[in-house]
Amino acid sequence: MNVLLLYPDRRFQPEGAFPPQTEDLVADLGLDVLFEAMSQGDEFIHDVVKEVLLSGETDVRTIRYRQAVLQDCLAHPDVVRRMYDVPLQALKRKREQWLGIFGSYYPSSILSSGRHMLEVYFELLRELRQIADRYGTSFRSPGFRRFFAMLQQELDDAYLATVSRHLKMLRFRRGVWVSARLGRGNEGTGYVLRRPDASNGGWMHRILGKGSPIYTYTLPSRDDQGVRTLAQLRDRGLNRAANAVAQAAEHVESFLMALRAELAFYIGALNLAEMLDRLGMPVTFPVPAPLEEERWQARGLYNIVLALNGPSKVVPNDVSADGKRLVIITGANQGGKSTFLRSVGLAQLMMQSGMFVPAVEFSASVSRHVFTHFKREEDSTMKSGKLDEELARMSRIVDRLRPGAMVLFNESFAATNEHEGSEIARHIVSALVARGIRVFFVTHLYEFARGLWEEGREDTLFLRAERRPDGRRTFRIIPGAPLPTGFGPDLYREIFASSSS
Amino acid sequence: MFKSILFDTVSPSLRETPPDFFADLNLDQVVEGVATRVEDYDIRPFFYSPLRDVELIRYRQAIMRDLEDEAILKSVKEFSRGMRAVRRYTALSDKLMYEYHKMGWFLEAVWVYVETVRRLQETLSRLSPGSRGFADFKAYITEYATSPEFITLAEEARRIKDALNRVEYVLIIKSGKVSVKRYEGEPAYTPEIEEVFEKFRQGDVRDYRVDMRENGGMDHVEARILEFVARLFPEPFAALRAFYDRYHGNFFDAVLARFDEEVQFYVAYLEFIREIRRKGLPFSYPEIDVTGREEEVKDGFDVALAYRLLHSDTPVICNDVRLRGEERILVVTGPNQGGKTTFARMVGQLHYLAGLGVPVPARYARLFLPDRIFTHFEREEDVRNLRGKLQDDLIRIHDILVRATGESLIILNEIFASTTLEDATFLGKRIMEQLQALDALCVWVTFVDELARSGGKVVSMVSMVDPQRPEVRTFKIVRRAADGLAYALSIVRKHGLTYEQIVERIPS
Repeated sequence: MNVLLLYPDRRFQPEGAFPPQTEDLVADLGLDVLFEAMSQGDEFIHDVVKEVLLSGETDVRTIRYRQAVLQDCLAHPDVVRRMYDVPLQALKRKREQWLGIFGSYYPSSILSSGRHMLEVYFELLRELRQIADRYGTSFRSPGFRRFFAMLQQELDDAYLATVSRHLKMLRFRRGVWVSARLGRGNEGTGYVLRRPDASNGGWMHRILGKGSPIYTYTLPSRDDQGVRTLAQLRDRGLNRAANAVAQAAEHVESFLMALRAELAFYIGALNLAEMLDRLGMPVTFPVPAPLEEERWQARGLYNIVLALNGPSKVVPNDVSADGKRLVIITGANQGGKSTFLRSVGLAQLMMQSGMFVPAVEFSASVSRHVFTHFKREEDSTMKSGKLDEELARMSRIVDRLRPGAMVLFNESFAATNEHEGSEIARHIVSALVARGIRVFFVTHLYEFARGLWEEGREDTLFLRAERRPDGRRTFRIIPGAPLPTGFGPDLYREIFASSSS
Repeated sequence: MFKSILFDTVSPSLRETPPDFFADLNLDQVVEGVATRVEDYDIRPFFYSPLRDVELIRYRQAIMRDLEDEAILKSVKEFSRGMRAVRRYTALSDKLMYEYHKMGWFLEAVWVYVETVRRLQETLSRLSPGSRGFADFKAYITEYATSPEFITLAEEARRIKDALNRVEYVLIIKSGKVSVKRYEGEPAYTPEIEEVFEKFRQGDVRDYRVDMRENGGMDHVEARILEFVARLFPEPFAALRAFYDRYHGNFFDAVLARFDEEVQFYVAYLEFIREIRRKGLPFSYPEIDVTGREEEVKDGFDVALAYRLLHSDTPVICNDVRLRGEERILVVTGPNQGGKTTFARMVGQLHYLAGLGVPVPARYARLFLPDRIFTHFEREEDVRNLRGKLQDDLIRIHDILVRATGESLIILNEIFASTTLEDATFLGKRIMEQLQALDALCVWVTFVDELARSGGKVVSMVSMVDPQRPEVRTFKIVRRAADGLAYALSIVRKHGLTYEQIVERIPS
C-alpha cells in the first residue's frame, strides 16, 4: 500500500541531507521565510516542504500531477485537513498509551506490543476508509482518486475481519505450540511456532487411544529457573512471529507516517495560499516545460519572500527570456536587481515542487538543480583570501553541475580588480553556457558585461535596473544594454540630499 | 615418515623468552603482530628460536612458499579452525552433567574431527605442494584418512547423527508446565501472519528478532524435555550411548595435533605480511650464505614501522644495502629524523628473520647468516650523570666485542651521543679499529662523520634531504661520502576553473 500523492509512481523518501550548496541557496534566496509561512511553526511540515522544494523535481508529468492534487486540496481544504489528522491521531495515541517496541528483549513482549499497536492503527485505518467512502467521488486529481480507490480495495470488510481474527489468535489462549529438532549436543533447535490444531492428532485421537504418547512436566513451585527456561523456550518459538507482528505494526505505522509526510507538503501549500489570499497577492499555477525547450516567461513575477514580509515593497516584473541561456542583469545599486534574481530562483523552485508561483503568468523549463553564487558580505579577510574563497565555492558548485542546471550569480568575482574579475567571470560563464547550464548573472563588472554584449549572441539576454531620466529608480527590471557607470552617485546624492534637508 | 612441519627432530630445543636485542630491533612488535593472529596457540617460542641450519631454513622456506598458494593456505586454516572446534567440544562434553547432552557434544566433536580431517586430505589430494614437508604430510594424512579405523569411526558418527537429525517434536507451553509429543504435521503459523500484513510492507524495517543464542547449556527443564524426547524416540539414543562408550578419550591423532600447532607459525606470519604487502611493500625469500659475506638487499624496509603505519598515509621508504669484497661496516651519518635508526633496525630484522626461514621485508635479499646478533641502542631514559652513562656505554660495547665473533652482526645506534664530539671521535676510532680487526658485519649509526672516512672495511651511507626543499626528509639512505651538510589565472587554474577545465569537469 502506497500513498503516492507526491509522485505518481513512487514513494516520497526524504533524504534529510542536502548537498553542501543548499545552505547557501536557502540563505541567498531567503527561503526560510517561505518555509516558515508554509509551516506556521510546525517543525514537521517545515522539514517536508524544505525537502520537496529543494529536491528540484524535473519530471514535468510529476509536477502536473502535484498541481492537480494541490488543486483538489484548495477545493476541499477541510477534508484534507481531516485526513491529515489521522496520522496525527496515531502519534498522539502512541504517546498517550506508551505504544511502541522500545528496548524489548523478549519476543513475547515484542509480540504483545506489536499486537497492541496494530489494534490501534487498524482503528484509524477504518476511519480513513470511511473518509474515502464518503468524499472520494468529489475529488478530481488522479493522485487522490487512486489513493481513495486503493483504501476501498485493500481495506475491504473481509480483510478487516481477517485482521481482527488474527489479532485475537495472537493472544495464544491455548498455549504456545512450538516444534523443535535436535541440534548439536542434542540441544533443541529450529523452533517453529505451530498453529494448535485439534483436528489432527489432537485430544480426541489421544482420548480414543489412537494418538502418540504425550509427556507433561509440571514445574515445582518456586522454581524460578524453570520458569525462566519455559519463558525462553516460548520466546524461541515466538521469535519469528513476534518479528512479523512488530514489522507489520511498523509497516502500518510507516504507511500512516508516509500519509502524514506527503500530505504535509500540501498542508504547507494550503497555509501559504491562505496567507497570500489575505495579503491580496496573486498566484498562478505555472506551465512547466521540459528542460530542452529553454523556456522562461514571466508576467507580474514578484519576490514572495518580500511579499510575505509586507506587500508595500513588492514590484512585479515582466520578462521574456525564451531561448535565452544567459541573462545578464546590470544597473543601479539598490535598483531591484538582487530582488529580481531571487524571485527567479524562488519561482523556479516553487514551480518544480508542484506549487503555484507568485506571478500572474509563469512558464519555464525545469532545471536540474538551482545553485546560487552570491557575493558574501564584506568580512575582515584579505582581498586575495576572499577571491580564493569565492573561487573555492565556485569550484564546489562545478563539482555538482550537470547540463540543465541553473546558476544564479550575484556580484560574483568582484573581490579583485575589474579587469581580473571580468576575465574570471568570462571563463566561468562561457564554460557554463557551453555546457548547457542556464545562468542569471547580476554584475557590476562592466568589462565582462560589455564583452558579452559585443559578442551579440542570440542566447544571451541583457536586463537592466530601470532608471528614469531624472535619475530616480523604479526597482523594475527592463531589457537594456550594460551602461558604463554604476549608480553609486545616485545613492550618494539621495542619501546625502535627504539628510541635509 | 612425516614428523614435524617445523623441525627435523621430534623434540627441538625452544627458547621461551625473546633474545636481548628484540626490543632494540622492534622485533617484539613484529612477533606480537604475528602471534596475536592465532591467539589459541603459543607460537612465540618458534619466533624466539632462530636456526643456523641452512637445510632446515630451506625446508621451512619451501613450506612457506607452498602456503603462499591461497588454496593450500585456505585448506590449512580451515583445518585449524576445525581442530579448535574439536578441542572445544571435547572439553565441553567432559564438563556436562546430563548424559544425553554430554554424549551429544561428544558426537559433535567426533563429527567435526572426521569432517576436518577428510576435508584437508581431499583438498591436499587435489593440490600438488612442492615442498618436502608438505609432500610428506600429504602422504601421512592420506594414509590415516583411508585407514579402516578412521573409516569405521566416520561411518558410525554419520549414522547416529542422521538418526538424531530426523527427530522432530512439539512443545506445548503453558504457564508452569510443558508437554512434549511427536510432531504430527501441525502447520507453521508465522507465514500466515506475514501474509496477512504483506500489503503494508515497504522498504526495510528493523529486524525485531531477538538474538536467542544457543549457548551450549541445558538446565533441568531442558534435560527433562530431552528425556521425554528420548522416550518418544528410543533407538537413536541407544546407539549414541554405545558410540560414546567405545570412542570416548581415544580418537584424536597425535601427529595431526602437532601439525595443527606448528603450522600456525607459517599461517600467522603470512597473515601478518599480507596486510603490509597490500600497501605495496615487498617481501622475498632471502638467499642464505653461511660462508661468504657479500650481501645485497633491494628495497628493504623496517617491517615493524610498516606494521605501525598500516593505517596511516605516511609512506614507508625502502632502502638498499650492498656489501662487496672486504666491505663489512656500514657507517650511517646524516641529518636527524632522516631514517638512520630505521635503516639500522631494518638490517637487523632482515638477518634475524632470514634465520627463521620466513620471507624478509625486501624485494630481494642475499644475506650472510650471522652466528649471533648484538645491538647497542642509545636509551633515552637512562640519562644519569654523563660520566656514568659514558661508562655504561663503554662497558656494554666492551661486552659485545668480547662475545662477538667474526661471524656476528653488530648494530650500534648513536652510542656516545651524550658526550663531546672530541670524546666521541676518539672513542669511536678506537672501537672502529677493533671492529675492523674482528671482521664482523656491522651497522653503525653515528653523528661522527669522521668515522665514515675510516677506510678499509667501511662503507659510508648518508640519510638524504631534498636539495630543493631541505626541510623535507626523504628517509632515503644512500651510499655516498659523508658531507657534514602572475596571479589571477594561476589561482583560477588552481581551482580548476579555466574554461577548458570547467568544460572538462562538467559531464555531458
